[in-house]
Amino acid sequence: MRRIKLRYVALALVAVTLAAPAAGISKTGANEGKLTMIAWEGYLDPSWVKPFEQQSGCKIQAKYAGSSDEMVTLMRSGGGGQYDMVSASGDASLRLVYGGDVAAVDVKKVPGWKQFFKTFQSPPNNTVKGKHYGISLQWGPNTLLYNTKKVTPAPTSVSVLYSPKFKGKITVPNNPIQIADAALYLSKTKPSLGIKDPYELNKTQFAATIALLKQQRPLVKKYWGLASDEISLFKNGDVTVGASWPYTTGALQAAKVPVKELIPKEGATGWLDTWMLSAKAKHPNCAYAWYGYISSPKVQAMQATTYGETPVNKLACSYMNKLSKGSCALYHANAPESYYASIKFWKTPVADCGNGKKDCMDYSKWVTAWNEVVS
Amino acid sequence: MAGGGPSLRRARRRLSLPFWRHGWLRAVAELVPPVAWMTLIYVAAVAALFVYAFWGVDSFTGKVVHAWSLDNFRQIFESGAFRGVIWRTVYIAAAVTATCAVLAFPFAYFMARLASPRVRAMLFVLVLLPLWSSYLVRVYAWKVILAQDGILNWSLEQIGLPGANLGYSNWAMWLVFTYIWLPFMILPVFAALERIPHSYIEASRDLGASGFTTMRRVILPLALPGIVAGSIFTFSLTLGDYITPTLVGGAGSTFIGNIVYSTGLGVSGNLPFAAAFAAIPVVIMGIYLTLAKRTGAFDAL
Repeated sequence: MRRIKLRYVALALVAVTLAAPAAGISKTGANEGKLTMIAWEGYLDPSWVKPFEQQSGCKIQAKYAGSSDEMVTLMRSGGGGQYDMVSASGDASLRLVYGGDVAAVDVKKVPGWKQFFKTFQSPPNNTVKGKHYGISLQWGPNTLLYNTKKVTPAPTSVSVLYSPKFKGKITVPNNPIQIADAALYLSKTKPSLGIKDPYELNKTQFAATIALLKQQRPLVKKYWGLASDEISLFKNGDVTVGASWPYTTGALQAAKVPVKELIPKEGATGWLDTWMLSAKAKHPNCAYAWYGYISSPKVQAMQATTYGETPVNKLACSYMNKLSKGSCALYHANAPESYYASIKFWKTPVADCGNGKKDCMDYSKWVTAWNEVVS
Repeated sequence: MAGGGPSLRRARRRLSLPFWRHGWLRAVAELVPPVAWMTLIYVAAVAALFVYAFWGVDSFTGKVVHAWSLDNFRQIFESGAFRGVIWRTVYIAAAVTATCAVLAFPFAYFMARLASPRVRAMLFVLVLLPLWSSYLVRVYAWKVILAQDGILNWSLEQIGLPGANLGYSNWAMWLVFTYIWLPFMILPVFAALERIPHSYIEASRDLGASGFTTMRRVILPLALPGIVAGSIFTFSLTLGDYITPTLVGGAGSTFIGNIVYSTGLGVSGNLPFAAAFAAIPVVIMGIYLTLAKRTGAFDAL
């Protein structure tokens, strides 16, 4: 028993000395040889996981989740501590922070963090009261997707998703955070409601938004669950217009389906994913090694071009163009800070509206209302 | 091993003697393992489900709160949408059951009474063949068939008919469920029809009944327990399903199972609410089984 343990420690030590200069991480102690992670499908691609395992000696055990809710449930399963890290999206991150499931991270130990766009260093969906609960990973806008042959003239407004003209030809994601998209639309079309932040809705604003979604429901062909669902809906001609992700658009265009995407004139919501660290992580040193690796410009560029999303590291741009010509501009990885300000990033709705009052609708109310809309 | 020393043999005899003397002791010893298994694995799970249904969840942290209340049930029955889901699940399950019965009866009748042994064996294989492949594969196949640019609409177009807009709707669910569960109706109906002695039918004819009257007054009543037994399968299988609604259902096709799945895993893991919702099909099935028992369906199982 003792001999085995010693051998592992020795192995891990060798791995660390080899890995530290390559990945550019500060030494935080011996790596534990293992890292358990919950991730979105495609986020632990062998092309960047294999080099990490070789450099750090941390063997990655991945568990893929299909939804934000599943991620939260998995992080809490068995009293927590079963998984070290999770690639949480903005609609899950604050739930994990307030649930006490994730730990604060020391950004000083992550060199890539200083190279991030300001927006993503301390975004409100992973930073609470100055404490960083995780390191931002990648982001993407929620776009409007349409079939160029069936939808003419080309839409500029998200109003097509609420128009009877496209009855039975519309698809939107089956996700409570979708309420924010409707709220964003109302903030432009009905300014009298006074919606400033689509994630902070009081009772009247919330009721108006849900009423709009209930009007939309008979027009919807299907609420999609996975990106692959939406891809098959567009491919088979079941729908012609929908709320989407750049990843979906890329996949459809690669399959020669005549589709285009745009950010509607009302603006767009967006998701930002964060690698969060479990409060009961068993392999924290490997986790910090991962933070150092995944935040570096080159790996950021690899994930962005492979998955079809935008890196948070400013220096990733040139690497992206090396991997795939023009991809930096395509995914807006070189956009000015003002561009990021126009995207309303997902965050978990909480009762505290930020104005001292606690009259906003919290996430559990969003879920209940959403379930009533779609079922 | 089998012989053992004299002391071991004596000990074994001392142990077995009371079981031999008292029959009831032996019965208890034999029954304890299966009963314990049933209690622990099955009854305990259902009991836990019902207990959970009366608990709640802290909306802030998402942790389960052990405080007794009827809030979950109130939330379900006060919401028009949730009542709609229950109603939809029950009526589609009933429609699927009725359709399966109508389709299965002539098929089973042919198999049991008209087909030669060779043809009957072949039909048996044909009925069971789909069950050899994965349920998921068969539902996916239907998804492809019913899509807007799918095989069905393509075929309709070829013969000059307008396309059917069946994909992602309750009609699609009804069709797919009927296809998937049909073998579970055919087999018990076949068993019931096969058991009817030929002399009954001859007697009916001798007494001057027409073919139709014989069918209505003799064969159907005797086949009814088989139909009810089959309906227990088709009804309960449809009632508990959530995969078919996800794959071929449309915007208004949520089933009880989907709510259980999405809230148990979602709503910050609101297990109590999911448990309350999951208790509803249990109650519905309880009522259904009580009614079915009266028709003598269980004798045909």
